[in-house]
Amino acid sequence: MDFIRNFPFFSIILSLFSGPLSSILGGKWAKRVNGAVIGLCGVMSVAVLWYVCRTGEAYVYTMGHFPAPWGNEIRAGILEALMAVFFCAIMLLCMLGGEREREAEIEASRQNLYYIMVDLLLCSLLALIYTNDLFTAYVFVEINTISACGLIMIRRSGRTVEAAARYMIMSLLGSGLLLLGLCFLYDLTGHLLMSNIRESVQVLAAEGMYERPLLVAICLMCVGLAIKSALFPFHNWLPDAYGYSTVSSAAILSSLVSKGYIFLLVKIFCRVIGFDVFSGSKVIHVLFVFGIAGMIMGSVDAIRESDIRRMIAYSSVAQIGYIYMGFGLGTMEGVIASIYHVICHAATKSLLFVAASGITDASGGSRYFKDLNGAGRRNRLAGVAFTVGALSMVGVPMFAGFISKLFFSQAAVGHEIKMLPTLIALAISTVLNAVYFMRTVIRIYSPVKITASEEKPAKQEDGREKTSRMPENYREITMRQQPAKAVAMILFILLNILLGLNSEPLIGLIQRGLGMFS
Amino acid sequence: MSRKVPKEQYEKTISYRLKSWLEGSRDLYLGNLEMRPQSPRQEDEGTRRRHQEDKKRVRARVYDTEHNREMLLFKKIYRIFSLLFCVFLVSMLLIGVADLPPFGEADKPVNNEVPQRYIEKGLQETGAVNIVTGMILDYRAFDTLGESHVLFIATCTVLILLRADGKEGERGEEAEMNDRAYEPKNDVILQTAARLLVPFIIIFGIYIILCGHLGPGGGFSGGAVIGAGLILYVSAFGFARAERFFTGATYKWMSFGALACYCLSKTYSFYTGANHIESVIPLGTPGAILSSGLILLLNICVGVVVAGTMYTFYVMFRKGGY
Repeated sequence: MDFIRNFPFFSIILSLFSGPLSSILGGKWAKRVNGAVIGLCGVMSVAVLWYVCRTGEAYVYTMGHFPAPWGNEIRAGILEALMAVFFCAIMLLCMLGGEREREAEIEASRQNLYYIMVDLLLCSLLALIYTNDLFTAYVFVEINTISACGLIMIRRSGRTVEAAARYMIMSLLGSGLLLLGLCFLYDLTGHLLMSNIRESVQVLAAEGMYERPLLVAICLMCVGLAIKSALFPFHNWLPDAYGYSTVSSAAILSSLVSKGYIFLLVKIFCRVIGFDVFSGSKVIHVLFVFGIAGMIMGSVDAIRESDIRRMIAYSSVAQIGYIYMGFGLGTMEGVIASIYHVICHAATKSLLFVAASGITDASGGSRYFKDLNGAGRRNRLAGVAFTVGALSMVGVPMFAGFISKLFFSQAAVGHEIKMLPTLIALAISTVLNAVYFMRTVIRIYSPVKITASEEKPAKQEDGREKTSRMPENYREITMRQQPAKAVAMILFILLNILLGLNSEPLIGLIQRGLGMFS
Repeated sequence: MSRKVPKEQYEKTISYRLKSWLEGSRDLYLGNLEMRPQSPRQEDEGTRRRHQEDKKRVRARVYDTEHNREMLLFKKIYRIFSLLFCVFLVSMLLIGVADLPPFGEADKPVNNEVPQRYIEKGLQETGAVNIVTGMILDYRAFDTLGESHVLFIATCTVLILLRADGKEGERGEEAEMNDRAYEPKNDVILQTAARLLVPFIIIFGIYIILCGHLGPGGGFSGGAVIGAGLILYVSAFGFARAERFFTGATYKWMSFGALACYCLSKTYSFYTGANHIESVIPLGTPGAILSSGLILLLNICVGVVVAGTMYTFYVMFRKGGY
């Protein structure tokens, strides 16, 4: 057996081990360990991706001396490796981009606890990606939930504790429903291994046995994961959780945690229930309707918001709506578009959170729109980065968001009933996105309003001094002052443009990966 | 310094302008675009007072929850809808359960080759007389590895939320006062009972852990028993005496040691298993205390983690420190 086949297991166990290791280290060393682990996992995932692309087939890896239905196993194919690469890369950039805020907002004695949370979050994401066993998935869903809660409330203020409590309640409800669904499936099939469940489910569906329990099981798992990934009617935990936690937490939560659950849902569709059984059930119509409702209602909520971080958070609700709408189409093209959107939204939303932190930093820490005037010119790179993110979210060509919208509409065209609602919803949602994102972009580039009392001393001094024309707490931020954030933002911008200009290879990989699923 | 392009010419290039714009030393609008600031908003004492009164009135109207008709209506509708939703959910689940294969039937789908092998070959493949232990710590050890990290991360989250990080001297006295506000100090009945019970409880916990592979028991249950013993001790004798053997550093090193041991031993067995290398760990004779390969070690690790977690939860909720 090639040594490279061990890499998925190594990356899971490495990130798992770094959690307890960080608990005995100080904050500084825990940070180094964390960076090194994310980097190493990324490199190993790239190697796995290269390996499975070369061999052209997925492989299973037995965890222990006992083969699959008795022991645990993990499975690596193109799609799994691709997601692992993206998750590691985006997590590394999020940690880099939020480094300054993290060190300012979290007490020194709790720094290492933050890195424990991130290490175990990475481990649970990798395990969710690679697992071939539903119960293993559930165990790591638990780790994921608890660590996400820790990430929210480590910045100690009343609002984050409240947000964490809300998140905990909603998320545990989701886990509970998922577990109930698993119990139903186990009772019907007698297996926990994904491939064995699928064989049994195919037989059951063909013979028409246990129709209602099967439907209930599918519903429970869909609803459970939809709550955990904040699909529209279950999204009320989201704005506070993303809005008040520290920047790197918000970026990681929005771009990775919810996406991990969505990827698990894709696995459940394609590898557990079987895509034809799933698209034959009525559940997809429900997902479709709520996806479309989320696309519009999330944007409407975002327009009403006067806080830039909460606005970006509400925009996530809309984007999650897109992804579920893609699943709801019930075609393979829809799923491909959704998976592409998972990647594209992860890259864009974390960019927006990091850029928004740069913008608020230049405006005296205020997050309200009325104070953001001219922030894009005080912190130029953050302004550019926010503009790129906004254009990508709106769906302007050349950026990542455009491609996913294109694929969504292509997937919808030709569908008998769902074509028209999809296209109309896409159009409305794009206009609404443009309303709130472009409003913000215009705001951060419009000149600062100066009140009379502040202008007088400025005129007495040297009139060309720009800083004297601004309110006290505004300050200029150059790239040199915050090198880590600058590097993260530049890489995020490049990633977005790359995804927008050169999407063909990625789509090819997703198609091949989905082909390996069945 | 050699410059290929003279300085004046270099300053006209696009790259120089872009660089200076990014660095903030040059403003494109300055000198090129005339901007007139908006006239400031005038606000005197009268308008300010009126605004405040308006705000107060609006508040009183909006937050008058007792007499707000929409609010009352909403509450009623909310109650009705939540009731309907619960009824719907319960009936859906009941319908689903009603069609499941009946309980205890011989040809249920659950009775397949998986439990058959656990029951028939479990003893000789894992060496554990208690086949449940064999299942969770050998066949499906990866799940249990994740599960013990769930405990670990739950403790870390509680530490984030509740650990009081003051200076030792400052908080010590105050914490002691708060701690004894609702409970008597040096309660003789409690102390006598604890003195009698705690050694037995802890020894019983150790027994459950060590014999987890031979009979009912194992790391999770044994660890819980030891944790209960520690909690009884600390509530009888106070933190001053418990700190002699259990502090924050103890927990840190204990959980790290146990989890690292678990991780490393399982890494070894996963790696050898997946690469078809023969494991050198002997299974021993079933029934002996030193048997069943790694299971005894793993049980001890799990027990340590569980006991530490329970005790840490207790002290965090009670005092916010060890």
